[in-house]
Amino acid sequence: MLYSSIGYYALILGLGISLILVYFSIKNFQNSSTLNTKILSFTFLQFFLVVISFACLIISFVLSDFSNETVFNNSHTTKPLFYKIAGTWGNHEGSLLLWLLVLTLFILIFFLKTKNQPLKYKLLTLIFQQIIIIGFFLFLIQTSNPFNFIFPTPEEGMGLNPILQDPALAIHPPILYLGYVGSSIIFSSALAATYLNLVSKVWASHIKKWIIASWVFLTLGILLGSIWAYYELGWGGFWFWDPVENVSLMPWLALTTLLHCIMVLEKKQVLTSWVIILSISTFTLSMCGTFLVRSGILNSVHTFANDPERGLFILVFLFSLIFISLFIFFFFHKSSPNNSNSFFWLSKETSIIINNWFMMYFLSVVLIGTIYPIFLEVLSSQKISVGPPFYHKLIIPFLIPFLMAMAIGPKLKWIKSNIVDKFYLVLFFAISIVLSFLIVKKFSTNLLINTILVSSALYLFFITLRDFFIRKYSNISQNIAHFGFSLLILSILLNNLFSSEIITNLKVGETFTSSKTKIVFKSINQKQEKNYKSIIANFSIENINEKIEDLSPELRIYNQPNIVTSEADIKTTLLLDKFIVINIVQNQDYFNVRYQVKPFMLWIWISVIVISFGGLLSFFKKEHEK
Amino acid sequence: MKNKLLPIFISLIFIIVFILFYKGLQNTNIYTPETKISNKIPSFKGDLFYSDETINSSNFFNSDKFYLLNVWSSWCVPCRKEHTFLMNFKESKKIEVVGINYKDKKINAENFLIELGNPYKKIIFDQEGIIAIEWGAYGVPETFLIKDKVIIKRYIGPLDEKTAKEIKSIIK
Repeated sequence: MLYSSIGYYALILGLGISLILVYFSIKNFQNSSTLNTKILSFTFLQFFLVVISFACLIISFVLSDFSNETVFNNSHTTKPLFYKIAGTWGNHEGSLLLWLLVLTLFILIFFLKTKNQPLKYKLLTLIFQQIIIIGFFLFLIQTSNPFNFIFPTPEEGMGLNPILQDPALAIHPPILYLGYVGSSIIFSSALAATYLNLVSKVWASHIKKWIIASWVFLTLGILLGSIWAYYELGWGGFWFWDPVENVSLMPWLALTTLLHCIMVLEKKQVLTSWVIILSISTFTLSMCGTFLVRSGILNSVHTFANDPERGLFILVFLFSLIFISLFIFFFFHKSSPNNSNSFFWLSKETSIIINNWFMMYFLSVVLIGTIYPIFLEVLSSQKISVGPPFYHKLIIPFLIPFLMAMAIGPKLKWIKSNIVDKFYLVLFFAISIVLSFLIVKKFSTNLLINTILVSSALYLFFITLRDFFIRKYSNISQNIAHFGFSLLILSILLNNLFSSEIITNLKVGETFTSSKTKIVFKSINQKQEKNYKSIIANFSIENINEKIEDLSPELRIYNQPNIVTSEADIKTTLLLDKFIVINIVQNQDYFNVRYQVKPFMLWIWISVIVISFGGLLSFFKKEHEK
Repeated sequence: MKNKLLPIFISLIFIIVFILFYKGLQNTNIYTPETKISNKIPSFKGDLFYSDETINSSNFFNSDKFYLLNVWSSWCVPCRKEHTFLMNFKESKKIEVVGINYKDKKINAENFLIELGNPYKKIIFDQEGIIAIEWGAYGVPETFLIKDKVIIKRYIGPLDEKTAKEIKSIIK
């Protein structure tokens, strides 16, 4: 009760400080040439208030204070402490408060870390950032107050959705938010720089750090979500082209493109429009994602509550930001005199532009696939669902030239390049084709397309691998990231080609036999845990020429709320994952058993970590040089 | 400003996108699995609130009338809001409002009804929340429209003017 009040009033005060900050910044922007020190103190105070508010919510969760509506709806006394804390951001209100916390933290860091930039630029970035912060404060207080009272106080809470009670999911939102919110700084800063006509090499090398940091967090955040979906949702895949996954992929694609553009801008005064538009779209796409998953337009685990009022608020807020940015872009941006037309056709710049267009293509495919069904329903009340085949058909063919460009692009020099001594490029290509032909021939029916696909991925793999030895660590971070990407695509392709699946219904004691595999359903155990009852099935899997493997998937019947979840059992080895999951068949003694062999699953996760490591390295490298 | 048409054109596109999203937002209705509509009522057994009488699914509903089964609780904030709509049905002869009192303290529930009025002909006292689970209720409040022991309509969340109107038109 007490903590809820403290938390609530801290939020109100925080909103007040936003208004004060905007006022001071505007005054300071107009008049003085030195920074008003009050601004820094108020920024710090605002961050401190949000920290208090967030801490109050955590305490309410830990104490199971059910007079707080958010706690009541999402917690339960029997829940383990770890999930009581993680439950703080496992719901709509709490996650927004976390978002606000990161927003205020980042603007503080931005203020402390930005030294060699003009004062006006810093102030203007602060103003834009405060507009976003005010939006979030209002959104929280108006429609999603995490500190609502319930009276009379209920004795028990409703419990956290069991599929969210998972360690990967406890850290997935904070990491992802660091990425999303980092993009808000990029957004504000790009708008400020455009307004002041500062989009230049100096600005590029300053904002690059923010871009890299957000990019690393966003990549890791998506990875965590994907790992969670793999073993918790029991579908046995890592990416389903679900709208909710797509909305996190879209900012990632925009941010990745931006990351490449900013490197060009750092060298040469070109691509300014690209950089500004991408900075704006990365953040608006993040916001658009928030709108889609929180408003209830899309149904998913992230749709915590269907409340059209909330949706309307984000929608209006989102479009206000879009129109502000459009206005600033069209009226203040002066495109640089030497335009992209002046590029020499064979240069690093050209290859990055090619990269941009490919990325924009992928982005639009994902955007259309996600949004088109919504529009279609509005216009003609038809319901369609866009599934993996749509994305695969539209994306995979374009992956081939994309991978090739990725292999060759970094080989080119800035401004002008020529092909001398590039014989190995051809040689490697030949090797890749032969090798992938040999791999694909054995297994696949669709020989031509698969050979070309695998060979282009292998090509990138070999080229980047070679660079580790040949190039004198001139751009090691780029090399690692590209190497990781080739590993990712290779693992995904091989995973798709060589996965196998057995679906059957079995009773305890029965055996399923196929030509290669024998699945024995040995026994079943029951166990009572603190907040759920679990049914553990014991299977043994025998493959020809292989030792017997025991796997024990689990069904959990949670008491609060009353939900059954199935926990897959996965045996991970370096080369392949064995994945088994069971489900109850209604009113029968049979269990539905799904057994999958998925090669290279581990490498999908590893390669994403390698990609982010590449980014991380370049973040620290730049820091070090300065 | 070499091209003034471009900003206008792009703004127009965004305005259209905004309108489409706005419309889409109003379309959102909570997704109800189709199998749950036109379902037979589940079998259940429970105690009545004001007497110690035990009832079960076979004798609780008659087939000549519409029933509005409302899952509620005194601690449920939206339940207060929807209570006026339930009270409006109290006098109707075509429909009988019955309640499931979900995970509640008896004294709190009684005070709630004294304060806001009692629209229910009968109330099932579901302290453990088991009967609500048998109905497949998502939470409180939730309302089922029943005729001939079949669920014809289900409303997740509080009733409002729109849904109340809909119920009235169905029972006419």
